[in-house]
Amino acid sequence: MTYEFLVASAIGVLVAGGIYLALRARTFQVVLGLTLISYAVNLFLFASGRLVIGRPPIWDKAVSQYTDPLPQALVLTAIVITFGMTAFVVILSLRSFLETGSDHVDGDKVPCDAQDGLAEDAAP
Amino acid sequence: MAIAMTLLMLVSLPFAAALAIALLHWASRAVHSGIAGAASAGGLALLASLAAPALGGATVPSASWSWVPSLGLDLTLMVDPLGWMFALLILGIGLLVVIFAHSYLAREEDTGRFFASLMLFQGAMLGIVIAGNVLLLLVFWELTSLASFLLIGFWQHKAEARQGARMALAVTGGGGLALIGGMVLLGLAAGSFDLATILTRGDIVRASPLYPAILGLILIGCFTKSAQFPFHFWLPHAMAAPTPVSAYLHSATMVKAGVFLLARLWPVLAGTEAYTLIVTSVGLVTMLLGAGVALFRHDLKSILAYSTISQLGMLVMLLGFSLEAAALAAVLHILNHAAFKAALFMSAGIVEHETGTRDIRRLGGLAKAMPITALIATLAAASMAGLPPLGGFISKEAMLYETPKLALFGLPWLLPVLATLGAGLSVGYSLRLAGHLFFGSPREAEPFARAHDPGAGMWASPALLTTLAVLLGLVPMLLAAPLVGAVTGAVTGGPAPEVDLALWHGVNLALILSLIAVAGGVVLLWQHKRLLAAWERTPLPDAKLLFDLAMRFADKWTRKAIVATHTPSLQTMLLMSFGVTIALVIDGAMSGGVLTGTRAGLPASAPGIVAWALLIAATAAVVNDAQNRLRVLIYISVIGLVVSLAFVQFSAPDLALTQISVEVVTILLLLLALNLLPKKPPAISSAPRKWRDAALAVSGGLLIGGIAWAMLTRDPGPTIAAYHLANAKSGGGGTNVVNVILVDFRAYDTLGEIIVLGIAGLGIFALLDTAATGAAGARLRAWRADMPHSPERHPMMLVAASRIILPLTLTVGIYLFLRGHNQPGGGFIAALVVAVAFLVQYLAAGFDWSDARKPFGEHKLIGWGVLVAMATGIGAMLLGANFLTSWFDYFSLPLVGKFELASAMLFDAGVFLTVLGAVMLALAQLSHVSQRAARAAGASGGEQP
Repeated sequence: MTYEFLVASAIGVLVAGGIYLALRARTFQVVLGLTLISYAVNLFLFASGRLVIGRPPIWDKAVSQYTDPLPQALVLTAIVITFGMTAFVVILSLRSFLETGSDHVDGDKVPCDAQDGLAEDAAP
Repeated sequence: MAIAMTLLMLVSLPFAAALAIALLHWASRAVHSGIAGAASAGGLALLASLAAPALGGATVPSASWSWVPSLGLDLTLMVDPLGWMFALLILGIGLLVVIFAHSYLAREEDTGRFFASLMLFQGAMLGIVIAGNVLLLLVFWELTSLASFLLIGFWQHKAEARQGARMALAVTGGGGLALIGGMVLLGLAAGSFDLATILTRGDIVRASPLYPAILGLILIGCFTKSAQFPFHFWLPHAMAAPTPVSAYLHSATMVKAGVFLLARLWPVLAGTEAYTLIVTSVGLVTMLLGAGVALFRHDLKSILAYSTISQLGMLVMLLGFSLEAAALAAVLHILNHAAFKAALFMSAGIVEHETGTRDIRRLGGLAKAMPITALIATLAAASMAGLPPLGGFISKEAMLYETPKLALFGLPWLLPVLATLGAGLSVGYSLRLAGHLFFGSPREAEPFARAHDPGAGMWASPALLTTLAVLLGLVPMLLAAPLVGAVTGAVTGGPAPEVDLALWHGVNLALILSLIAVAGGVVLLWQHKRLLAAWERTPLPDAKLLFDLAMRFADKWTRKAIVATHTPSLQTMLLMSFGVTIALVIDGAMSGGVLTGTRAGLPASAPGIVAWALLIAATAAVVNDAQNRLRVLIYISVIGLVVSLAFVQFSAPDLALTQISVEVVTILLLLLALNLLPKKPPAISSAPRKWRDAALAVSGGLLIGGIAWAMLTRDPGPTIAAYHLANAKSGGGGTNVVNVILVDFRAYDTLGEIIVLGIAGLGIFALLDTAATGAAGARLRAWRADMPHSPERHPMMLVAASRIILPLTLTVGIYLFLRGHNQPGGGFIAALVVAVAFLVQYLAAGFDWSDARKPFGEHKLIGWGVLVAMATGIGAMLLGANFLTSWFDYFSLPLVGKFELASAMLFDAGVFLTVLGAVMLALAQLSHVSQRAARAAGASGGEQP
């Protein structure tokens, strides 16, 4: 069992879960799906620098071998942007739920659970 | 150089005036018309200074500035005799129309908008006639359609004005699209978009295989603009415009743009069989149709509109002959028509203004009540009828003289007969217009009783135009011959022909035809009542009805096409996107190759395998347990934690720090959102759909995982990592290469990313700030807390602990920020840590308590962050380096010792501020909304559990 296999298979599993959830009908599931896909994409980008153990890209006179710093820089900003995107999509779905009383991605009427404080009948 | 400046001023003066009027929209009518009049008069003076070089000079005055050289679009202006004559019409009649409109429009109307649109139109029209580049001409051409739309729809409260404006825009704008195609093809065929060059390459263009397409498209453009059959129907509906607009755009200038373009491109397009046949017959049909309908209209402006269609048809027909003498007749008639038709429109405006109606059936005998207007309009109508000794007579004779020279459809008698018929009809409607309006006895008492001549301000303009129409007949050699000769030369692209204009040419065929036409016209007027009754019995197609039908048809099918190709369903679109992507990957994989590369793998440790198993299990749980949303958040955080651990393991400490702190704020965000969203909604997907999606998901996962595996088991190609590693310390002044890349090597990317993040934060604010109104607000007010809450709103222990933690967390944040250039840390991570520190205060002590003590506003943080980051970059530019080049040096202070200062740190501070602002804005706003909702519920009597 190599780390390469672990990372590749984890990326595959995250993508599979992400695609499945992104195709569901409720907004929150789509958000979760996007989150999973984002993990996978960030890991994939990071992995393009290959897996290296114990050689962080902190420059030192005594060290001659480092991992590739460029994918790391790209992924660092990607993680933060992912947060921005997730936050925006979450708020968008919240607003759409508040406007329509439905958390269906296409705005169709769907049953909500009984204990929900924002049942659609609440709308005037 | 002087000529270049003159040309530039000539074309920009109206636009400047339009801008000035728009800016002074609050000023009085006199200011607006004053600016417009001054600009028109100034343009006339500039044009006068160009008269000698334009009409008599050896070279055409022109100037050119490069605009978009890669497209062949240059700002080229040139004034040849043709352009000069049209510019004279545009500016001269423009000035008269401005004077007329000043009196015509009531004081309380929006004269600022009117005159600004009018000057916008004037500039666009001038641009068309003096453009020396066909692409530039197209720009101005479209601009006239838009200005005409604004002017026709000036009285926005009238439905027919809005509909007329829309119809005119649809027809002329649609024709404009065809014209764009034609002009581009023309430029390709001729090998240049420069007009002067194109005009010398007529043989090449006519021999080109593109010629039929060029001809067809350009003719559609010209015919729509100049209201030729079958596109003529928009012009009568454009009469909903104020009368000065009708006089200006829809008789003298804009509708002549099509005629102008035909004349302009005469040396390139004319002379072929197709051109002669199409242009002549379209013009002939339009001339007959317009004249025939004009005879039976009752609205003064409608009569004039159809007569304009007819006269434009005659001009187009003459140009279609492809004969120099016919072109000369067309040029002369353009002058005549501009003079008498604008005068007639203004007279119609006066009649309406003074009697309150334009219906010719209610008027009559007005010569007694308004003698000045009657004199002006009758003389102008006589010129339109082509009666001697007026200008219209000479150009109509010239037209009739040419007709036998062309055997249309191989029938030599066809053109003379039909042209004489058209001339007779126009005699008929002209005589009816003048006769029924001003002579005989009043048909209704009320409008007649009100009628009187207006002030000189209103009749001065039409009087001047009518005087010209008369003089063009009496002294044509003096007034028109030199200009007409020069312009005809410019149209045909040859030398200026000899011009012999006179009322009397002896007895010839033209005179006989002319006499027949006049006699016929008199008969038509005499028999008008009977003819009208017959006309009204005949069922005729209504162009507006057909147009509306066509529009509805287009509307319906456009909608259907959109729905068919662009289903408004996220589920369908995502399915398509994933499906297509997966199909593409499969297609790539089918091309063969080996999946596993030769790179040696790293043996996994036991903790590594355990972490991997946790991630797989958590992902499965997220998918499986998606209904229980709160529990799902725990699984998600497990995944995030394992990903962070992976970053630690694989030499990416910066990423691990970022991931773990982003994880905290993401979970907080989802928790807050879940407070308002349903917690455990029942599943709604059907079983087959689930299996279909699962199959797609598994194949997607296998493919992406396979790609990752293939990538990881191969060595990377040559990378640029070595450059970054070698220059981080010496060039960027930092040992943390990742951070140096972010704030120095690729700082431009980072700048873009923080701006995106700031926009996301502001977008969230916009979405939530307005959620308190409308349907969303009603739902928020009806919201009831549906979760078991802690009995204590602000638990003592949490509050006390959070206050102790705050300074400590802030210190950690500052430490991470300061060391970021050399050790793992930096602006992104520090901002996330500090955001978490503040958010803990919100959690513990509540929104109001924390918000009141917050020393900063999130909007300002975002703004200042971006500004600081950009200022750092601009600072480098001021010091002569590239944008965002960093600077650093070492200093030493007592006690502190040696330390480094780098401008990159300032940039990182900008990153810090923006990220902090965006994260805080998102989360604080979200918590605020739920709080507002809770408060609203509490205020309305709901008990908080």
